[in-house]
Amino acid sequence: MAKQGEGGGYNRPRLALHVPEPKFRPGDTVDFSHIPVPEAGAQPRPDETCAASETNPLCTALVRVLGDDNKAHGPWDPRLSPDKLREILRDMALVRAFDERMYRGQRQGKTSFYMKCTGEEATSVAAAHALASDDMAFPSYRQQGVLISRGYPMVEMINQIYSNRGDKLKGRQLPIMYSSRGYSFFTISGNLATQLPQATGFAMASAIKGDSRIAAAWVGEGSTAEGDFHSALTFAAVYNAPVVFNVVNNQWAISSFSGFAGSERTTFAARAIGYGIAGLRVDGNDPLAVYAAERWAADRARSNNGPTLIEYFTYRAEGHSTSDDPSQYRSAQEREEWPLGDPIMRLKLHLIELGEWSEDQQKAMDQELAEAVKAATKEAEKNGILGHGMHHPFHTMFEDVFEELPWHLEEQADQAIRERKIKWPQQ
Amino acid sequence: MATAVSGDDVVSLSDAPTRPMNMIEAINDALDIMLERDPDVIVMGEDVGYFGGVFRATAGLQDKYGKTRVFDTPISECGIIGVAVGMGAYGLRPVPEIQFADYIYPGLDQLISEAARLRYRSAGEFIAPMTVRTPFGGGIFGGQTHSQSPEAIFTHVSGLKTIVPSTPHDAKGLLIAAIEDNDPCIFFEPKRIYNGPFDGYYDKPTKPWKDHPDAKVPEGYYSIPLGKARTVRKGEALTVLVYGTMVHVAEAVCREKGVDAEIIDLRTLVPLDIEAVEKSVEKTGRCLVIHEATRTSGFGAELVSLVQERCFYHLEAPVERVTGFDTPYPHSLEWAYFPGPIRIGEAIDKLLEA
Ligand SMILES: Cc1ncc(C[n+]2csc(CCOP(=O)(O)OP(=O)(O)O)c2C)c(N)n1
Repeated sequence: MAKQGEGGGYNRPRLALHVPEPKFRPGDTVDFSHIPVPEAGAQPRPDETCAASETNPLCTALVRVLGDDNKAHGPWDPRLSPDKLREILRDMALVRAFDERMYRGQRQGKTSFYMKCTGEEATSVAAAHALASDDMAFPSYRQQGVLISRGYPMVEMINQIYSNRGDKLKGRQLPIMYSSRGYSFFTISGNLATQLPQATGFAMASAIKGDSRIAAAWVGEGSTAEGDFHSALTFAAVYNAPVVFNVVNNQWAISSFSGFAGSERTTFAARAIGYGIAGLRVDGNDPLAVYAAERWAADRARSNNGPTLIEYFTYRAEGHSTSDDPSQYRSAQEREEWPLGDPIMRLKLHLIELGEWSEDQQKAMDQELAEAVKAATKEAEKNGILGHGMHHPFHTMFEDVFEELPWHLEEQADQAIRERKIKWPQQ
Repeated sequence: MATAVSGDDVVSLSDAPTRPMNMIEAINDALDIMLERDPDVIVMGEDVGYFGGVFRATAGLQDKYGKTRVFDTPISECGIIGVAVGMGAYGLRPVPEIQFADYIYPGLDQLISEAARLRYRSAGEFIAPMTVRTPFGGGIFGGQTHSQSPEAIFTHVSGLKTIVPSTPHDAKGLLIAAIEDNDPCIFFEPKRIYNGPFDGYYDKPTKPWKDHPDAKVPEGYYSIPLGKARTVRKGEALTVLVYGTMVHVAEAVCREKGVDAEIIDLRTLVPLDIEAVEKSVEKTGRCLVIHEATRTSGFGAELVSLVQERCFYHLEAPVERVTGFDTPYPHSLEWAYFPGPIRIGEAIDKLLEA
């Protein structure tokens, strides 16, 4: 017998392994013509109560509302009032202003780490606007837009990012890993995709208790490869759980393109078909389409018609985090050439087209938001920045491991406090 | 007071009449009581609903409480535990069953990184008050994948409570305490002694629990506080630290050898009753640690270390450790693997001769 790995001596074809490769690498000229971008308004909108299988064609299509003419088209047009549209625009712009400032804060050494969601603002902001304010959000780490849309104070967000003495999470979590029960925002985990079964469990619990709250979870396309994603879909399908799964397909998982999560064979929305749940593939840079899809799925869940998997097709315009440099692994042109544009720009132009907004108003708003973020930053800095000593008292390190402090943690806390007196006698 | 069999730490135990129960019945009774008392308690797991569980621990409960409170799940331990975390965050008290402790590994991330840390990472805003029940240990010819004792993994995790009962009486009281506890608990059920205590002689028939004093289980509600050990018997010659199935094996060996041992059933590994350990070792000056799990980095290593750190000047001999071997649990040679009377007897002799 041939030695393993030597190709064998049989009269059979040699097997070959396929390793996915993205279309463009640094220096390549980008051509996105392989991405079909259907006309806005072209996709049908089945009723929220339809059989899951009726959505099967929508799992490979792309639901779009805003056309190149900046007008809303077709049955998915959510027909929002100009006020609502301006609110969504404002929240997206605020998220972008916030990201800019926090990114700079990280570069200035005020915190260890930051993650922007530039280009993806609609997938959290418009989605949050479509949900009820007490529907429990199970975010990943790029959904700051949910908190901002729900009016969570920016100062609290920055306190968390700076891990200072004002941080409600007592300086324990990585920056941007917010948590707020009051705003129905589940604490973020650094372990990818773990929130999906949890969202399903929350939704199941809500159904068991005859409550009316649903759950909505967000996950990156790369993380759909985790077992948790599949466990969550199985449970949601089996128990018809009132949960919405949002897959934010921003094309990249750090330096790995979506092919490493299986995108060469099918879409992420199409995973819904195998589970027998509803699925929608949506232009994630179209705030109206995002709102409409999220609302459709939320209404479906709320009326006991079951879970929905939504793929938001979008693009991560910036680096993965402050720790990577995207020019090392992808063409710089990608961002420029992305065929679905920018969500803030698209909504702005739509409002202008409607005669409900102007470039001057946009400029004034951007100015105002930048000022507001700056003011919040100043306010938060009064509570300290990372590593500058204004943190929570040492004893808090040992709290909340258990409801009550057991003897071994009490002993270890004493040790930490003894060490503090030696290391930092002035404190 | 009825039934002082399990010692001093039983709370809320009135003059309730007792009933002989095996461990499965005691666990079933605990679940029944908690489902009745608290509408937020949910029982779920593979085959636990209509069928009542492969070991029948949940028999009859679905009939009584309905399909939304006691139900079967997909074969997905990641899903079972992850869903339980979300249910706990909502405000329920899920009691998921993992069919065999050997199958908990696919759910480990949800247990270790999520359930155990939820309170800490959210500074108390979200909690996961869940109790994962799972049969563990060998002695039933279960081969490598139905016999493991993975408790040490969980004791290494900050934020989890690890519980191992050794009698029907304790199983009921500890399970009730675990379900009421606001921290995530893992409740290891020593399956070798589900039906009767086991003295380590595999070729002798198992005596059923009904003839054993610890099987006289009080009717109704009572709980046993987590973090309190049980003194199985008092003695002067040495201290035996032990839990689960091995409590009975240790007891039989000491009885047969006529050794005046003080046997401490730890009952919970985290939180550990360090006072009971210290008090006993300081009195006897000799300490034997026994578990069925593999040896290296087992919970015994932690116990030996604690005893060494805290009782060194009282010790008359090096602390001894009797454990399973560092191999997977073999099927045909299961009884060669098992830390039975010979291994324990030799360790006792060594301790007493030193
Ligand atoms: C279980 C786990 N594995 C690996 C990582 C490291 N990691 C952090 S983010 C990331 C990429 C995630 O990509 P994706 O899911 O597409 O989300 P995106 O960052 O694009 O929003 C990786 C591999 C992690 N946090 N958790």
